[in-house]
Amino acid sequence: MHADRLKSLAATALAVGLILPFLPLEIWSVAHGWRFPDLLPRETSTKAWTYAFSSTAGVLESFALTTFIALTTTLLAALVGVPAGRALGLYRFRGKGLVTLLLLAPAILPGLAMVFGLHSIFLRLGLNGTVSGVILAHLVPVLPYMTLVMAAVFANFDPAFEDQARSLGASPFQTFRHVTLPAISPGLLTGALFSFLVSWSQYLLTLAIGGGRVQTLPLLLFSFAASGRNDVTGAIALLYIVPGLVIVLVTAHQVSGRGAALTGGLRP
Amino acid sequence: MTTLTLAGLTKTYPGTDRPALDRLDLAIESGSLTSLLGPSGCGKTTTMKLIAGLLAPDAGEIVLNGRSIHGLVPERRGVAMVLQNPLLFPHLTVGGNIGFGLKMRGLSSTEIARQVDPMLARVHLDGMGHRPPTALSGGQQQRAALARALILKPKVLLLDEPLSNLDAGLREEMQTLIRTLQRETGITTLVVTHDQAEAVALSDRIALLFGGKLAQHGPPEDFYRRPASKAVARFFGGVNFVPGRSQAGTFQSVLGPLALSKGLADGDHLLTVRPEALRLSPGPNARRARVDAVAFLGTQTRIDLSVAGVNLQALKAPDEAATLRPGMEIDISLPPDALWLLPSGDH
Repeated sequence: MHADRLKSLAATALAVGLILPFLPLEIWSVAHGWRFPDLLPRETSTKAWTYAFSSTAGVLESFALTTFIALTTTLLAALVGVPAGRALGLYRFRGKGLVTLLLLAPAILPGLAMVFGLHSIFLRLGLNGTVSGVILAHLVPVLPYMTLVMAAVFANFDPAFEDQARSLGASPFQTFRHVTLPAISPGLLTGALFSFLVSWSQYLLTLAIGGGRVQTLPLLLFSFAASGRNDVTGAIALLYIVPGLVIVLVTAHQVSGRGAALTGGLRP
Repeated sequence: MTTLTLAGLTKTYPGTDRPALDRLDLAIESGSLTSLLGPSGCGKTTTMKLIAGLLAPDAGEIVLNGRSIHGLVPERRGVAMVLQNPLLFPHLTVGGNIGFGLKMRGLSSTEIARQVDPMLARVHLDGMGHRPPTALSGGQQQRAALARALILKPKVLLLDEPLSNLDAGLREEMQTLIRTLQRETGITTLVVTHDQAEAVALSDRIALLFGGKLAQHGPPEDFYRRPASKAVARFFGGVNFVPGRSQAGTFQSVLGPLALSKGLADGDHLLTVRPEALRLSPGPNARRARVDAVAFLGTQTRIDLSVAGVNLQALKAPDEAATLRPGMEIDISLPPDALWLLPSGDH
């Protein structure tokens, strides 16, 4: 009884702590002027929202572009991260420690340290200012997450299941589709969520490589904030947290709870 | 009819200098249940994986029904393998597992269901098709794994240590089930095992491997009555070996002349006699023996004897040995038809 009450108290505190910072945003987005020392704005207005959804603001295009970049980055990260994670999780090979370190490096190094190098290389390749360039740049911080999550997943996967499937007449593709994928999918989902959110919230790399021509939501948000449009900033900021919120709500039970995410489905 | 022939099969794993399998020649009889027997590391599991196509041989051929299956991918070989652990796919039901191979062949779900139900019954898992594999006991999981392979009606069925994860009681049940299903279906079956008692109880024929080489291939009785070498005899519980020379049906050794049965070759040999075949009574080839020790082993009693300085061991029913005490002098005999000669080279 006591523990239950403590638990719900903690949950409430956590929820309040998470929601409270967003409260001013919500109020700003519907305020028509909000001056000190008023506790709440005197008048409300839907002007900011109307503007945010209008075609002139570019918010919706930016939302679509950011989603496209994050999804593509996630897909590419999965295409590389699943086989790489399999190699790291299942096999011993020469130089495995070095490979792991190199994979971890982007997660350890500050983005600022590599962004200039990346910029000059991309300049030569003509990738600066392009969506493809931005996606490639996003892969740098995203790949380590995906690969390391998949390495943990495969470390708990028994490849004998694949031999068994082959011996029962499954082709390599069928084996992956019907045996390996179901086993790794909870972990793959976790890795994909991380990847999506890391790409979605990327500011520095997008700014440096996109050169202002690739306007993702964080860039747009920052420019409205810098220009003092607090009401529009509030509206965009709320749109900006939508994917994170949706992802958490939809997959909460996968990522936490049953603990299935990292251990994979194939453990007895 | 399925003929499976292994010819000169050789496999060396990277990083090892001794081949795991060394020029193995083996002709598996069609429709038989053959055990690949041997101590761990003898190459029996390697042989199985080579037949299944999960490993590629360095040299040699695997010929199935007159055609080499070299280079053929596992799913095209018509060979189904049941691994040591049941390895039921955890995201599928028991029925889904048994129907897995049929689904891979592209059969419709109604056709799969039509075949899965009777198969569930054959392995005594009636009504358990909708359960998750984790709801089954170890023995039931093993049976489901067997059904999953059998339903494909493979040309060759490979079973890797099918009984090793089961308790004694379940072992016998599973042994009977494998035997029954194999006889009913007539599928040429290869069982890998390290347990000679299991191989004897289960198989029509045994192929015994030592260090990647075939030591002997034949019906189970041969391994007791006509072992090919001292190592084979020892693997099957042979303990009595006496060096000497055979000539014209008589064996000369420190035991004195012993009459042999007909057809044994002349020359230097190692004489062997099964401990069960030694008689503790006078008869042909009678000798005087001293009892050194008597050990009660439950269903049998082991009697250590010495005859002219040679130690011999006898295994007898406890009743027969009840009156024996260490130090007693008794009459024993070595029946000529129980005497067998081994090459003298390998003792």
